[in-house]
Amino acid sequence: MSKYEATIGLELHCELKSNSKVFSPSKNSYDVTPNNNVCAIDLAFPGTLPVVNKECVKKALMMSMALNCKQPEYMCFDRKNYYYPDLPKGYQITQFYNPVGTNGEILINYDGKEVPIKIHEIHLEEDTAALEHLYNTTTLDYNRAGVPLLELVTEPCITCAEEAIAFIETIIGMYRYCDISEVDTKKGQLRCDVNVSIKEVGSNELGTKVEVKNVNSLSNIAKTIDYEIERQTALAEAGQYDEVVQETRRFDEATGATIHMRSKADAIDYKYFPEPNIPPIKIDAQWLEDIRREIPALQNERRKIYTSEYGLDEYDTNIIIKDKKHADYFEKCIEIGIDAKTASNWFIVQILGYLNKNYLDITEFYLKPEDLKVIIDEINKGTISNKQAKEIFTKACDEKVSPTKLISQEDSQISDKNKLEEIIENILNNNQAQIESYHNGKTNLFDFFVGQVMKETRGKANPVITKEILNEKLK
Amino acid sequence: MSNMNKTIKELHELLKNGEITSEELVKESLEKAHQLQEECNAFVTIIDDANPEKVTDNLLSGIPYGIKDNYSTKGILTTGSSNTLKDYIPYFNATAIEKLNKAGAVKVTKTVMDEFGMGGTGTTGHTGIVLNPWDKTRICAGSSAGSACAVAAGVFPYALGTDTGDSIRKPAAYCGIVGYKPTYGMISRYGVFPFASSLDHLGVLARNVEDCAIVVDEMKGIDEKDMTSWDSKNINLFANLKEETEGKKLCYIKELCDISSYPNADEELRLHLENFHKTIQKCRNLGIEVEEVSVDRKLLNALFSSYIVIYSAEASSNMSNLTGIIFGPRGNADNYIDMIKDHRTNGFSTLIKRRFIIGSYVLQKENMERYFKNAQRIRRLAVDIWKDLYKKYDAVISPVGIGPAKKIEDINKSHDTNTVTLDEYLCIANFGGFPSITIPNGFVNNLPVGVNITGNCFDDSNVLNIAYTLENALGYKNQIAKEVKNNE
Repeated sequence: MSKYEATIGLELHCELKSNSKVFSPSKNSYDVTPNNNVCAIDLAFPGTLPVVNKECVKKALMMSMALNCKQPEYMCFDRKNYYYPDLPKGYQITQFYNPVGTNGEILINYDGKEVPIKIHEIHLEEDTAALEHLYNTTTLDYNRAGVPLLELVTEPCITCAEEAIAFIETIIGMYRYCDISEVDTKKGQLRCDVNVSIKEVGSNELGTKVEVKNVNSLSNIAKTIDYEIERQTALAEAGQYDEVVQETRRFDEATGATIHMRSKADAIDYKYFPEPNIPPIKIDAQWLEDIRREIPALQNERRKIYTSEYGLDEYDTNIIIKDKKHADYFEKCIEIGIDAKTASNWFIVQILGYLNKNYLDITEFYLKPEDLKVIIDEINKGTISNKQAKEIFTKACDEKVSPTKLISQEDSQISDKNKLEEIIENILNNNQAQIESYHNGKTNLFDFFVGQVMKETRGKANPVITKEILNEKLK
Repeated sequence: MSNMNKTIKELHELLKNGEITSEELVKESLEKAHQLQEECNAFVTIIDDANPEKVTDNLLSGIPYGIKDNYSTKGILTTGSSNTLKDYIPYFNATAIEKLNKAGAVKVTKTVMDEFGMGGTGTTGHTGIVLNPWDKTRICAGSSAGSACAVAAGVFPYALGTDTGDSIRKPAAYCGIVGYKPTYGMISRYGVFPFASSLDHLGVLARNVEDCAIVVDEMKGIDEKDMTSWDSKNINLFANLKEETEGKKLCYIKELCDISSYPNADEELRLHLENFHKTIQKCRNLGIEVEEVSVDRKLLNALFSSYIVIYSAEASSNMSNLTGIIFGPRGNADNYIDMIKDHRTNGFSTLIKRRFIIGSYVLQKENMERYFKNAQRIRRLAVDIWKDLYKKYDAVISPVGIGPAKKIEDINKSHDTNTVTLDEYLCIANFGGFPSITIPNGFVNNLPVGVNITGNCFDDSNVLNIAYTLENALGYKNQIAKEVKNNE
């Protein structure tokens, strides 16, 4: 085992969902046509002023509370000044002196246990324009300029790539559960800066911090962390730790390596000062309470209930809680009285299967939990077989009709013992040879007889009663 | 027959009675503008195709006016008197312009200013120096130089200005007219080129207090595009305008107004302060109580440097959008950094670049505490003192500047600290967002001088009423500049 251990801190930038941008009335939506969602404010025409989008402030406060951060008394904004072509004003409006959340902590599920991760701060800011570097030119798309962005900064308290990924997945879950962001990495809605340092195991002193900017997918984040730990450790072990310098690097996807961008000496002084065009906005205590009440039960909370109260296993639980809408559907099933395990099986196998096969979202799914209950109740009553139930399920979904209608239309299961005896008697009479073989030891012929009964009844014979009668008759 | 020297109410009467038409007024105003342009260089743009407006019950309908060149005017060149925007034509109106359009006011000129409002002399605009219509060897002061010049010369009854330190109130004094900036946020700043956002005020220059009240009533109002604007629908300046003396209490600051503070005072300053004290006597004669108060000299002398630190910091950031990439003339270079450098190096005047450097310096991490934050502390301390004064007094009255308009060659003349403080201290009204008005109070060496009245936030009506009362008593209302020849 290495005598070094890593210390990792993360900065996660996540684009928020909102109708308009954070400081302008332009639409906040992903648009493939460049410069479609822009107005004078986004382009920093002289005399334009920012107006804070209340919905974005609300979402920022919600996330701040979900992360168990402290909320400030006032919502304040600051300017971060620097020149770059993706920044039309020459400054970014952000929160530097008084962020929307500080000193938070959440528990993540990692390595089979709950691990605390400390949140340094979370703040609301605006995104920059998107640059695309082509062969000998660069294009600018201002659709992204002014899109609301939440930046979350952890304390340096993460120890390895797996833990970092577990944390980010938890955060993504929170954003989605709270309907704050879709966190679509393909649309660049989540970007991560990774800070990595190493120190001798057990030492209290942190090593030299290296920052890797703008890593854009979970797998690249993991690769970045692993690469940096390996690089720094190798240098340390070779007695060349002084070559690890405080610097900013970037992750090169092609080689899987990190590459030097700029050293600390070139660090930009952003000259932060309070944004004079936005007066401090008092955060009303009642409003805060209202927002707090809107925070839904999050994944961790649900995980606990599913595994301890409902008796589901970790694997199934994780499938169901991945999407809040799925978990909500599942919980509704339980609320109306479906057995948890049955509901879980039906949800994972039938419902998710159907959704995947038909490329549907659960919001587009026809069957309500009540409809599912009708089907499951019929199975329990023995009126229909599992096989029939699945057919009814599919038919109800395909044709968007209530399963109640289908069940009454379908011939229900034959559970009449006399009727079944009559049918079985007939079959046995026509298969004397097989009965003989059965009695001579070919006991697997039992299934043959069941099959014959099913064939005769087109699958509607109650299998339990059928087996009982057969057992009796074949004694 | 001249009409443009009349008041808004008089013009409105004539228009309503059909004795004159908006068309005639526009024609006269444009003619006078061209004439003044020859003499004083007050305009960036004279809108020769200005259309007369229908006369309605609105007092401003059909009457021409001038606009400082930092108000965005849709379809009309708006330069901020800077080469960086020398061909910039906005595609939207400033909110204030939008409101005056609705009132039926007629835009006839865009007036010269100090580049982006920085300077205070009217000499730094990209189209050249604005000369004082009373004496062409002197400045109008700035930054609303062209507006003051044109109103004083009788081109139109009023013009719009902006005021970050004293940019409406000092040019008004130097040109013998009235300059008023209401409480911060009473008029939306949307669409007006920023200089220092926390200090920037919009306002008006006119030849009497009543006209100021009429115009600001139209310009003001909460604007969803400016978060610092507020709802002032309960304030009706014109409707409430009346002479009031009873129970009114003013104060002046001993350290600023006493000649003993200025051992090196020149004749102009001495006469100016004498004249100020005559005005104080006039107030008392009217029945207005006036008391002398004392303010810590150290604090007073720190106002101007604090003001420089704050505006430089905000300006350096506010003008970072001027890169020549999205608008403005594109710089010549093969990469964006050099393009921006080329644009800014060639576009801005030396004075502005100096301020950017100061702004950048005071915001740097290692200097932030010593300069920027200390300046903010002084701002807070001073505003608190003024707020305390307003508990006892309706307003603070003070002389404007250190005399009449300065000679062009004297603008860089250095003065002792106390004199500089007197010259610059009106920025207290910008620090506090206070309503502040300058009215003419006589002459020094045949040149107009002014007196300022600054009250508490939201107390605009009171401030205007005091100014209105005093204006009627002083007798320098509706002055039109007459060129004077001082033989020296």
